[in-house]
Amino acid sequence: MADKGNDSKKTSRRKFLIKGGLGTVGVVAIGAYIFRNPIRRELLGFANSLEAPYTDNTDKPMMWFEVTKINEILLHSPKMEMGQGTFTGIAQMAADELSVSMDQIKVVHAASSTGNVDSFATGGSTSISGLWEPLRELAAMLRVMLIKEAARKMNVGIDELSVENGIISAKGKSLTYALAAEGVENWEIPDVPALKDIKDYKFIGKPVPRVDLDAKVYGNPIFGMDAEMPGMLYGAVVRPSKIGSTFVSADISAAEHMPGVVKIIVEDDFVGVVANSMMEAEHAKNAINVTWGNYGDLDTAAIKNMMTVGNGNSTTIQKNGNAFGEDDDFEILEFRSPIGAHAQIEPNGVVASVDGDSATIKISTQVVSITRKEVAKRLGLDTEKVNIVPTYLGGGFGRRLHTPHAVQAAVMSKAVGKPVKYFFSRKEEFQHDMFRPPTHHIIKGKLNSEGFLDTLEHEFVSGDVATDSALIPNFLTNFLGADVGAIRGGFIQYTAIPNFRAVYWHVVLPFATSWWRSLGLLANTFAMESFIDEMAIKAKKNAVEFRIGQIGESPIDVRLKNVIKAAAKKANYHEEVINGRAMGFAASIDANTPCAQVAEVSIVDNEIVVHKVTVAMDPGLAVNPDQIRAQCEGCVIMGISAVLYEEMFVENGELTPTIYGPYQMALMKNAPKEIDVVLLQGKDTPGAVGEPPLGPIGAAIANAVRRLTGERLTELPLKLSKTV
Amino acid sequence: MEISMTVNGMHKTVSIADENTPLLWVVRDTLGLKGTKFGCGKAACGACTLHVDGEAVRSCSYPVKFAEGKDVTTIEGLGDRENPHPVQQAWIDEVVPQCGYCQPGFMMATAALLNKVSKPTDEDIDNNIINVCRCGTYYRMRKAIHKAAELHSKKEIYESKEL
Repeated sequence: MADKGNDSKKTSRRKFLIKGGLGTVGVVAIGAYIFRNPIRRELLGFANSLEAPYTDNTDKPMMWFEVTKINEILLHSPKMEMGQGTFTGIAQMAADELSVSMDQIKVVHAASSTGNVDSFATGGSTSISGLWEPLRELAAMLRVMLIKEAARKMNVGIDELSVENGIISAKGKSLTYALAAEGVENWEIPDVPALKDIKDYKFIGKPVPRVDLDAKVYGNPIFGMDAEMPGMLYGAVVRPSKIGSTFVSADISAAEHMPGVVKIIVEDDFVGVVANSMMEAEHAKNAINVTWGNYGDLDTAAIKNMMTVGNGNSTTIQKNGNAFGEDDDFEILEFRSPIGAHAQIEPNGVVASVDGDSATIKISTQVVSITRKEVAKRLGLDTEKVNIVPTYLGGGFGRRLHTPHAVQAAVMSKAVGKPVKYFFSRKEEFQHDMFRPPTHHIIKGKLNSEGFLDTLEHEFVSGDVATDSALIPNFLTNFLGADVGAIRGGFIQYTAIPNFRAVYWHVVLPFATSWWRSLGLLANTFAMESFIDEMAIKAKKNAVEFRIGQIGESPIDVRLKNVIKAAAKKANYHEEVINGRAMGFAASIDANTPCAQVAEVSIVDNEIVVHKVTVAMDPGLAVNPDQIRAQCEGCVIMGISAVLYEEMFVENGELTPTIYGPYQMALMKNAPKEIDVVLLQGKDTPGAVGEPPLGPIGAAIANAVRRLTGERLTELPLKLSKTV
Repeated sequence: MEISMTVNGMHKTVSIADENTPLLWVVRDTLGLKGTKFGCGKAACGACTLHVDGEAVRSCSYPVKFAEGKDVTTIEGLGDRENPHPVQQAWIDEVVPQCGYCQPGFMMATAALLNKVSKPTDEDIDNNIINVCRCGTYYRMRKAIHKAAELHSKKEIYESKEL
């Protein structure tokens, strides 16, 4: 059960605020959950076992729940729904503590005007784990408040009342939550009640269907791209195609007088056009002649040169025992991963309306608070007067942690005095993505006489992930000494090895790189788990036994060993090639969630084909086992896409390709026909789910190819060098 | 100029400045049917898939003038909560969507496939369902497509008995 030891974890009574009159019978606005500083921990070790708590805005009261006239509960979610299933999980948590049915909970995105906005972000696989305790406590408090009012209205003792499906009953009489809340002005604020026993939950722990299924199956207009405002115009922003371009000047004479053009906006940092229709805005944009400066003619080879261990600044993030001496013999392998694009299908888009001293922004964003602050700052508005109305996200994957387009749309709206909608073209999405940085890894290892590792060193270099982003300002990175995103997965998990070291090198690239689902985990785990497999082969040991033999005995170590054993058992892991197929094994820990995978692979027409992937993961308590499985399946397939096909290039100073197809991604035909997921529960609270399964997939496939062909593939995307 | 077509069973006449405007934007912005999605504008991802005379079409690259006199079906016309299309029912049964943005395109592509191949094999699915899903829901989609084929054939049997 939840840890109740720390006072700061309890819901603050003082922060409760009750108000009414927003068109519903009983509007209950429930107060803030005390900020728990996620940074005040062991700094770098923490970064790799990140279980960031939910962080809210402590200044303002926050509306979590509304009780509606038809006896439904509206839950205003501070976390965005981007496919990860958070809305379903939090609906289960709220329904159980409120004693209502799933049908009675309606989850909506909290708009920033209601105050219930996460001051950090939706990301890092933290939504369910972070809300686990506060949301259930708040729901339980609301239940107690409603029961107290019902007792008063029904003139019966509280102890005589029971609740089911939002109906409070005693002695043959009953009252709905809606009627209990009706007319109440002075709510009695209770202490945080005891939460229900987990075994008594009806929904938590069950494979409840997604609450957004109907909206998504019947094509409801729920996404940012679907948002509109009355009288809105269409905007477009001119973007350079060359890396590093800075704005020099713009010739707008041709575009100015084109049909439908309302205004051309030339700012210091962008040139925008507003027109009556989207097509007119696009045509005018293409007629604006911008002079760009400072760009160069970089190519992929130049980027690879920059991205080489030894360049930039280094930080030792982990150290045990002794490093290799100059005269030591060791095995050494180098690995590389390419620039990766988010390629989320919904382009970045926004509708902004600036009216006098206030603004309304409808947008798919993972960072409501940051979007809000950036718009307020640029327009000189009071932050309180900027209302961010978040929509469902047509994919997040970290791409929507950056929303400068909200600022641009707001500037354009202010300039024309009308709402403006604008979104990226696919070419702009590909050229102006905040890419997954390329990486380079050098791993050295030496076996002892028993055939286990005596010394292991991982040196790796990455572009920015967290460094200098709006979420983690540069000063904090300097303070931490390493990019907390790039080092995800870079730690050595085989801590029983006597001597090991992990060193991170930081190189700043000439184009923006940033958060891409699972951050450094994908590349770091590919490199390390490939190397470990090679050492197991050298030691003539079974890959599973080789791993188990070098993992420590701490709680997370034990959980890691358990998922490794579970995956091997479920997949019936072996190291033979049978009927042209081989298995590959890999495991990782991310955000305190261990995950092991077995990939079953063959070569067909000289292409790597993944037939089956077995996943064993221990995310702690599973709030919704079906959606955890869905995240595992999705990570396996997105991972296959990233490690077998995806790669951005730089040619003549431009990022390319700029369209799906040439930017090759996994399609239906590339997805495994079988994905077998085993869930373990090694701790009694929910943990990270949405990213950890991306760790092992690259090495699991590469290790299967090694067993199948003898070839050790060391570069992503994995390509066979010889005809098999 | 004016374009007349049937959209989800209803006769529609739209007046449009540029007859080469993609059907996608007429459906989304003129007719207000937002279920058909913009993904790439180059017929490369399939998010904008709808039916023209029963055929799957990537509407971002289909000039509206070609829809003159034709029968257009979007996800909104495929089925609804009261009467879901077998593909939609299968998608619900298998809990397919994650972010959901690409899903209408996939469901429309699947419905068109089932009209031609009532019992598609895995190979049929691989060759015909070639849209892009970033969340990686292909695994559940494949199960849902097989299930939809079952529901579809049952529905056909049921409907022919009704007659």
